[in-house]
Amino acid sequence: MEYEVVIGLETHVQLRTRSKMWCGCANEFGAPPNANVCPVCLGLPGVLPVANEEALRLTVLTGFLLHCAVPELAKFDRKNYFYPDMPKNYQITQYDRPSTANGWVEFETGGGRARVRIARAHLEEDVGKNFHYDRYSGVDFNRAGVPLLEIVTEPDLRSAEMVYDYLNALKDILRQGGISDCDMEKGMVRCDVNVSIRPAGASELGRKVEIKNMNSFSGVRKALEYEYARQVEVLCGGGQLAQETRRWDDAAEITESMRTKEQAHDYRYFPEPDLMPFAPTDAWLGEVQARVIELPLARKERLMRQYGLPAADAETLAGDAALGAFFEGIAPRAKQPRILANWVINNLRARLAETSTSIQAVKFPPAAMLELLELVDTGRISGRIAQEVFAEMFATGDAPEHIVARKGLVQVSDAAALEPLCDAAIAAHPRTVADYRAGKTAALNFLKGQVMKLSHGKANPNLVGEMLQRKLQ
Amino acid sequence: MWNTLTISDLAARLGRREVSAREALQACLDRIDQVDGRLHAFLSLDRADALAQADEADARRARGESADQPLLGIPIALKDILAVRGQPLGCASKILHGFISPYDATVVEKLKAAGAVVFGRVNMDEFAMGSSTENSAFGRTGNPWDLDRIPGGSSGGSAAAVAADECLAALGSDTGGSIRQPAALCGCVGLKPTYGLVSRYGLVAFASSLDQIGPFTRSVRDAALVLHAISGHDPRDSTSLPEPAIDCAAAIHGDLRGIKLGLPREYRIEGIDPEVKSAVDAAVRQLESLGAEILEVSLPHTQYAVATYYIIATAEASANLARYDGVRYGLRIDGDDPIEMYARTRGAGFGPEVKRRIILGTYVLSSGYYDAYYLRAQKVRTLIRQDFLRAFEQVDALVTPTTPTAAFRAGEKVDNPLQMYLCDIFTIPCNLAGICGLSLPCGFTREPRLPIGLQILGPPMGERTLFKVAHAYEQATSWHRQKPPIQ
Ligand SMILES: [Zn+2]
Repeated sequence: MEYEVVIGLETHVQLRTRSKMWCGCANEFGAPPNANVCPVCLGLPGVLPVANEEALRLTVLTGFLLHCAVPELAKFDRKNYFYPDMPKNYQITQYDRPSTANGWVEFETGGGRARVRIARAHLEEDVGKNFHYDRYSGVDFNRAGVPLLEIVTEPDLRSAEMVYDYLNALKDILRQGGISDCDMEKGMVRCDVNVSIRPAGASELGRKVEIKNMNSFSGVRKALEYEYARQVEVLCGGGQLAQETRRWDDAAEITESMRTKEQAHDYRYFPEPDLMPFAPTDAWLGEVQARVIELPLARKERLMRQYGLPAADAETLAGDAALGAFFEGIAPRAKQPRILANWVINNLRARLAETSTSIQAVKFPPAAMLELLELVDTGRISGRIAQEVFAEMFATGDAPEHIVARKGLVQVSDAAALEPLCDAAIAAHPRTVADYRAGKTAALNFLKGQVMKLSHGKANPNLVGEMLQRKLQ
Repeated sequence: MWNTLTISDLAARLGRREVSAREALQACLDRIDQVDGRLHAFLSLDRADALAQADEADARRARGESADQPLLGIPIALKDILAVRGQPLGCASKILHGFISPYDATVVEKLKAAGAVVFGRVNMDEFAMGSSTENSAFGRTGNPWDLDRIPGGSSGGSAAAVAADECLAALGSDTGGSIRQPAALCGCVGLKPTYGLVSRYGLVAFASSLDQIGPFTRSVRDAALVLHAISGHDPRDSTSLPEPAIDCAAAIHGDLRGIKLGLPREYRIEGIDPEVKSAVDAAVRQLESLGAEILEVSLPHTQYAVATYYIIATAEASANLARYDGVRYGLRIDGDDPIEMYARTRGAGFGPEVKRRIILGTYVLSSGYYDAYYLRAQKVRTLIRQDFLRAFEQVDALVTPTTPTAAFRAGEKVDNPLQMYLCDIFTIPCNLAGICGLSLPCGFTREPRLPIGLQILGPPMGERTLFKVAHAYEQATSWHRQKPPIQ
């Protein structure tokens, strides 16, 4: 029998705020253990939470980016369970009145497009981190109280690959929207998946298994591939699946049972009496709305349409907001935006990466890129010289015109000047000349290269080609 | 003898340099040395710190910095549930063994800013759960009028300390009557402010939606002075009202002409002590003679208040007290795994009443029971609040007994939690409704001679009316000037 997999995701994302959710402690990764703590985030007796307004704004902003509705009223609840990394032994979260709900994410997958419905995105607090030593354990509460957004999908995902693509698309949206840095290595994104299988074409859902503990997107993909195969094997073997929670073992690449439905926690949710319900005003919502960005997928399509860029280039520029903005700042004035995009991606981006420079620190003004392309376009310099000029521009911030003049890089298109160089190349390589005459047309490129070399790269390559051809006829 | 004055009186004498803050504090310390061995109001006392504060107060006065410090040099004791930086914060529980607060509660900051000498940790029912202070893990407190009797609770230490002249005033907390009931049983003035008027930051939570901090004093005017110092919006408490500190001094004058007072029909119950009833009836006649118009009003959902309270308060408490787990502070009894450590620590650290309420609260929030208990209780709570708001459309304030009986004997109700819960039958609805309430002395039982309290309830932010009515009554009577026999 053919089985179809049905997957829903709960993605936890740490919000990019300066301070924690309920106190003024820094929301920062990598500080020494328990450096960013205070009476509030340690859950000392008598303290009270005060909601971080920027976290509320980022949650609603996420709602806007994911096409969600923003209810008139949101509130916080207590989720009760005991664990040493949890200072209060209850987590403040949003149970039945989340800040935002009912949206969707559109993304590219399997050569086409898919849309996954978002059930809700709600705000809660992160917990500390346990460390286990030989004979005792320790808890670092730096992370406790960091604002955490939980984004829950409907069970709309149908393959491990689709989940992987969804997660990457979500990450791009959240990063570009300024919601989260989404740094997996710093634990800023974590996800739990709900997975079940059913006979292909069936409408009823199978027994739901929750998998926890994946710490990378590829880990999620692997866990789902494993779990699908496992579930199919159980059913094909005549067995029954249990509704349970399983843990992904990243080293062994298997899932193993953590607890069954019977052992499930009763979290005893109830409204958080220390916080008032939050009813955003129109003015407040307007301020958040003003921070909405163009989504990466929409931007990619627009770049393709507006500038005629190939999909890959458009995706690169749409995926890197700063680079995209640099490009779009000058593209309307470019004669050939495709070529400009090529330069921005292959030269500028490469240079930035090599030198670990941020785009804000680039020394030349963006318009200098256009001047450079204009020099190539009008034949004043060759494409190869242009590379050299760009390197100089990048290093010094000097205008391309100046660099060309200063270094004497103007392209030589003067036949009288090129003729002796062509003759010299022909004279120096009789065997290549013979090969060419014998029909090996590729030999011409070698000779052309020799002339370019003799001209220190300044010769007009088209002119040289024509001249060599004529001389060898 | 400076310790026996009211705040207003002592403040005037301090201002005239008839006495120094150090001398006033020393008088309190001497009184504590004299009586507290028998009374047991104080759990601990940092004398050096208190004397240093008094000296600082004297120095400030000498420098002429007393203008904006109405409580400069006034010794005020604190219930062991309020956080003071560098002092133990124990809630009269073993589970907070050795815990020293690293921060000040907002009310403590405010008292210090007003110049008060904030000293001592006074006894209470463990985590404010109880009505007799017998649930303290560190022994009961006596009633200054009869040491064999309870002082009320949960703020029994605060009431006893004020009544026995061990301090000029004390702060307590009131979740279902924990200020007004002990004030009534010890013969002092106790105020539960409107919910949100005083910041709860630094008040160890019992039931967050019901808890309020308030003063114990020996006069109505003193309660207004302390309230002025501790009230006002606090950005650290999200449930704090957007109101400035409330100054009720201007309201304290004149007679009660034009004031309408309501007598809730439903508070006329069986089981109310005849002496309490006749004292309250006499007080009502007194109020009438002062010009107030007396009307009967109805609060139809009163009979559900106690049950509603014990669902909501215990539900919130079950979560609020979850943090005492041995991981970060206080008592820890190790186990082989965290679950065993939790069980041992909490098993040994909490007393029976606290455990009873945690279990009750856990139960009412459990899946399958939530709707029948917690959700329904919230609905009833709304009805109770509406009862009051409707009544306050007809009258300015309500007058009731504070408690059905005077102070009972220690041990009399320990084995009967339900009987104990009924001590708060007149005080609980006020917390559920979030309104304000004040108790002041209105007489004594004959044999033995024990104080009786009159409760005045006002609408949200109706403190000025409470003080006006209470002060007029107090000026027309002498109950508040009676001193307990303890020597
Ligand atoms: Zn903190």
